[in-house]
Formats: sequence, C-alpha cells, structure tokens
Amino acid sequence: MLNSVNPFMHEENMSDNQSDKQQAGSQTCGCSQVDQDKRNFLIATSAVGALGCAAVAVPFVKSMTPSERAKAAGAPVEVDISKIQPGTMMTAEWRGKPVWIINRTDEMIADLPKHDDKLSDPASDVTSQQPVYCKNEGRSIKPNIAVIVGICTHLGCSPSEKMQHGGDMGDAWTGGFFCPCHGSKFDLAGRVFKGSPAPINLVVPPHKYLSENVLLIGVDTEDKA
Amino acid sequence: MTDKNKSKLCSVMNDTINWVDARFPLTSNIKAHLTEYYAPKNFNFWYFFGSLALLVLVLQIVTGIFLTMHYKPDADLAFGSVEYIMRDVPWGWLIRYMHSTGASMFFVVVYLHMFRGLIYGSYRNPRELIWLFGVAIFLALMGEAFFGYLLPWGQMSYWGAQVIVNLFSAIPFIGPDVSEWLRGDYLVSDATLNRFFAFHVIALPFVLAGLVVAHLIALHEVGSNNPDGVEIKKVKDKVTGIPLDGIPFHPYYTVKDLVGVAAFLMVFSAIIFFAPEMGGYFLEANNFVPADPLKTPAHIAPVWYFTPYYSILRAVPPILNSQFPGVAAMGLSVVAFAFLPWLDRSPVKSIRQRGALYKRWLAAFVVSFLVLGYLGTVPSNVWGQFGAWLGGADRATVVARIFTVVYFLFFILMPWYTKKDKTKPVPERVTG
Repeated sequence: MLNSVNPFMHEENMSDNQSDKQQAGSQTCGCSQVDQDKRNFLIATSAVGALGCAAVAVPFVKSMTPSERAKAAGAPVEVDISKIQPGTMMTAEWRGKPVWIINRTDEMIADLPKHDDKLSDPASDVTSQQPVYCKNEGRSIKPNIAVIVGICTHLGCSPSEKMQHGGDMGDAWTGGFFCPCHGSKFDLAGRVFKGSPAPINLVVPPHKYLSENVLLIGVDTEDKA
Repeated sequence: MTDKNKSKLCSVMNDTINWVDARFPLTSNIKAHLTEYYAPKNFNFWYFFGSLALLVLVLQIVTGIFLTMHYKPDADLAFGSVEYIMRDVPWGWLIRYMHSTGASMFFVVVYLHMFRGLIYGSYRNPRELIWLFGVAIFLALMGEAFFGYLLPWGQMSYWGAQVIVNLFSAIPFIGPDVSEWLRGDYLVSDATLNRFFAFHVIALPFVLAGLVVAHLIALHEVGSNNPDGVEIKKVKDKVTGIPLDGIPFHPYYTVKDLVGVAAFLMVFSAIIFFAPEMGGYFLEANNFVPADPLKTPAHIAPVWYFTPYYSILRAVPPILNSQFPGVAAMGLSVVAFAFLPWLDRSPVKSIRQRGALYKRWLAAFVVSFLVLGYLGTVPSNVWGQFGAWLGGADRATVVARIFTVVYFLFFILMPWYTKKDKTKPVPERVTG
C-alpha cells in the first residue's frame, strides 16, 4: 500500500495504518495532528447520545416494576379461627402468600423452649421477622395461636407441615415445618434450625384480633408495644 | 435432453449465479465456509455435537413458532392452553413433545459438546473467544430453558420460577428490589408469566441466534481444533496453501454430520414416541398439576439439566445470616467454565498428550458433576441422617458438600496440576 498523502484524510492514522497490520508498529501514530475541536465535538455528541439512550431506557426498565393493579391487591384479610382444632392448622391467603394459623397444644408450647440451643435465632432477635408484639418464645400474641407467613426465608417455597413427632424427620423431631425445596427446618414457632439453608426465622405478619375468634391479617395490633 | 439444451441451461445458471455474485457474496461465502473451509481430517465421534446442537436449535425455533399459535400466556389460561395443544390441536401433542424433548436433548448435546472441548483443549489459544461465545450460549440456553419452563404454569413451573427469581433477592442490598422487578409483582403471577413468555419467544432466541453466529465466525477465523490438539494450519501445501491435514467441510463433514443427524433423530423420535416424560426427568409429574401459589409440592426439583448447580446451591450453608454464599457458589459453578482458557497452563491441549494427573482431576470432576446431578433430583433427606456424632446432618447434604468442593477444586487447582502434569510430546501431524 502506498503511503502517499491523501487529501481526503484528515488524520493520518485513520484507515491506512489500521488496515495494514504490519506497518502499524513502525509508524508513529500521528497524535500531534489530532484535530482537538473535532474530537471534542465527537465526544460531546456521543455523550449526549448516550445520555439520551439512558433516559429512554428508564421507562422500559420501570415498565417491569409492579403495576398499580398489582400494588392495589394487598388488602388485609379476616380469618375465623374458631374451627382450628388444637394440634392442627389452617392456611389463609394474604397478598397471594400462604399464611399459616397454627393452634398449638399445651404440649407443643412446652416443647418450644427445649430445643433453643439447636436454633439459629431462638430469641427472634432479627427484628424484621416479626412485629414487636410477637417477639417472645412462641412468636405469637396468644401463646397457642401462631400466625406465620408460610414462605421459606431461603428462596420462597412454602414449607410442608410436619407437626407430628419423629417420622421421616428423624427421632429427635418434635414437630415443625420442612421446606421441600432446599431442606430448611423450622419449629412450631417458625424458628429456623441451625444448619438449614434458610438464614432467618419465618416471617410473622402484622395481625390483630378483632374478637376472640376473628383474626385480621395485614394490620398491626396498635398498643401492645 | 440434447447436449445443446444442456449447455444452454448451464449458461443460464451461470449467468444467474454471476448476477447474484455481482450483488451479494454468494459463491465466495460458500467457498469460505463450506467447500474451501478446511477442517482437520481426524474428527471423531465427539465432533458430532456441534452440528447437532445447531439442528436442535432449529427444531426448537420451528416447533416453538407453531406452539405460540395456540398457547395463551395468561395465568388463568396457560395451563389449559397447553392441555388444549396436547388434546385438541391436530398433531399438537407431537409438536409440544418435540419442543419439550428438544429442550432436554439440547442440554444433552451441549453438555457432550462442552465435554469434547474439555478433553481436547478446544478452549486453548487461539480459541478463547470461541469458548467464551460458547459459555455465553450456554448461559442464554439456561435462561431460555428457565423462562420456557414457567409457561405451562404447572406446580413445578411456578415453584421453580419462585425459587430462581428469589435467588436474586440474595444479592446484598439491591437483591429484593431486583427480584421484585423481575417478577413485576410481589409474587410470581400473571405479570411474571407474561414477561417470561416475551423473553422466551423473542428476546433470548434473538440473543442465542446472534451468539451462535459469533461462535461460528470465530471458529471459521481460527479453524477447528482436533483430537490430537495439532494446529493443521502449521503444515500447508507449498503450492496451494491448503493445510495438508485438512479436508473441505463440504462434502466431507456435511456428509459425516448427516450420519450423526440420522442417529440422533432415531434417539429423538424414540423418546418422543415412547417416553416423552422420560420417567419424570424431562417433564416432571408435578407439572401436570396447575400452579397453586399457596402450596409447594412435597418434593420439588429442577429439570435434570440444572440439578448439578441446584445441588451446589443446596449444599452451601448460610453464612452470617445470609443465603448469598450458596447463590454465589451456584453462579460461580456455571461461570467457572469461562475461565478455563486462562486456568489451563499445560503445554499441550489434548487429553491424548496429557498425563495421569490431569486425567484423574477430569475424572473427579465428571464424577462430581454426575453425583451432584443425581442428588439434585432427590430430596436432601434421601439417604437419612448421620448419627449424633455429625450433629444429625443429612447424609446426602454432606456428600453434596464434599463433591461441591471437588467440583470447584477442579477449576481452582487447574493452574497447578496442569503445569505439574507429565505430558507427551505433541505430534507434528494429526494421527488419524
């Protein structure tokens, strides 16, 4: 390739050097002849263009966040708990999630403190996991009735009910929940056992009693701080 | 036909080709990529899987197009529309089974294709970019499989998506917002299904096609590796400049690959017609139950091709009240492949010249991959618990932890054992 002066090429390092790999090393890059005004103009227009692209990306990214309809679907739910026999549970739906209402027997309540040493957070010190009025051994307002969001704090599966002693959970099992997805174990207060993949206890949702047997899930008990 | 007519036809065809060539590089591209693209003459069985992967990609795209004609991406209608395809749409069952079996077979051929790269060192200089494009294809393929699996809106679809999307919430600080953004709701819902449909049928297929083109352009730039790990471009015919150990891709390898296609289609058809669910491995039983956001099935597991990584996720315990380490380990177990070109310090490429050290590590890796893959398909309490001396830990979890360590050591120690390994000299020419 001839290295003659090309009147149409403003910078001598444009296409000649790039296309001819063998010469690239031996030639100076011609930096002294940079047209700074032109370069500034190119940088400025590119920056404005990039900014424009970023601005246009915002509506697209935002369009994927929850819609107004999805946001509106979170109303509190009322549950009649009178039919839950001691030692059994029921599942209510709140914000599309399962909420367990467990009626614990006296024996189950008595079992709770016995395995504190096997738990990651027996005293429920992680404050985001329950309202203040449920930071107690049974994580509940009434000692026998536990209200727990049935979604594993690991990756969001709903753990299976294993309320009976022993069985396929091993002889030491005193009742609780077992997550089928990744094997996390919880006791009957939703507290996570050590060695489970779940990092923290199950969530206790805000709730209050409207009467002896009617529970409102999604609204806090006001004064029992 | 008389000779005169024949020559007239010939000249019309030539004129047509010349007309096209003056406007589009038809002949030169056919030459550059087929008839005068020289591939090593010693390709063996392992070299079938690249072209088979391309075949399956085409099958997936074609069957996918026809499925979208009947499928409804709506949480209330999706499950029913898949059953409608299976029962009411003429030949719908065949197209759907081709697509669902195709997904699994895609991973079968891609895993074998990747294993070929491992044993013959196809990721080594100068093929690092081919390998990186390949890893990107693998990631896109995993995304494609994941998004597609939600669409039937069965129990496994639903809870699988729930788990995978929640993986992102484990990322410190921004995680919960990211997973909410991905779902478009506070839980996996209609919004999630609708966008996964968009990703599955348009966004990722585009990305995949582009990456496949890049993979092939990079391949044709440097040429194929081969079982001897010899660079055939080093020894060329002095007059023609053609590699002495190369043969034109067409007709030699097109015909060879057609044999592979025939064998593959026999296996593929046998699965479609006799075992489309493959005993629950290709289509899981729980996915024949409509999605129920309130109840996780008693045993959930991903489809077989994700189970090694899923085992790793399950095996890593939370550290400092955070599930992030497990999620990071799972991510790393997939991305680790991208680092191979720089981890391997061996003077040779192919397993044919490698020593015992490398072979043992490779074997350990394959065993870990298979054991983790198996464990991912079963519940973590499948082998019962150890006694009190190990804190009553699940046996399967402990085994998974051991093999997770081996899996990562294969990569982490690679610079050391590939360098220390006793290798044989690389031959001048391919050995056939």
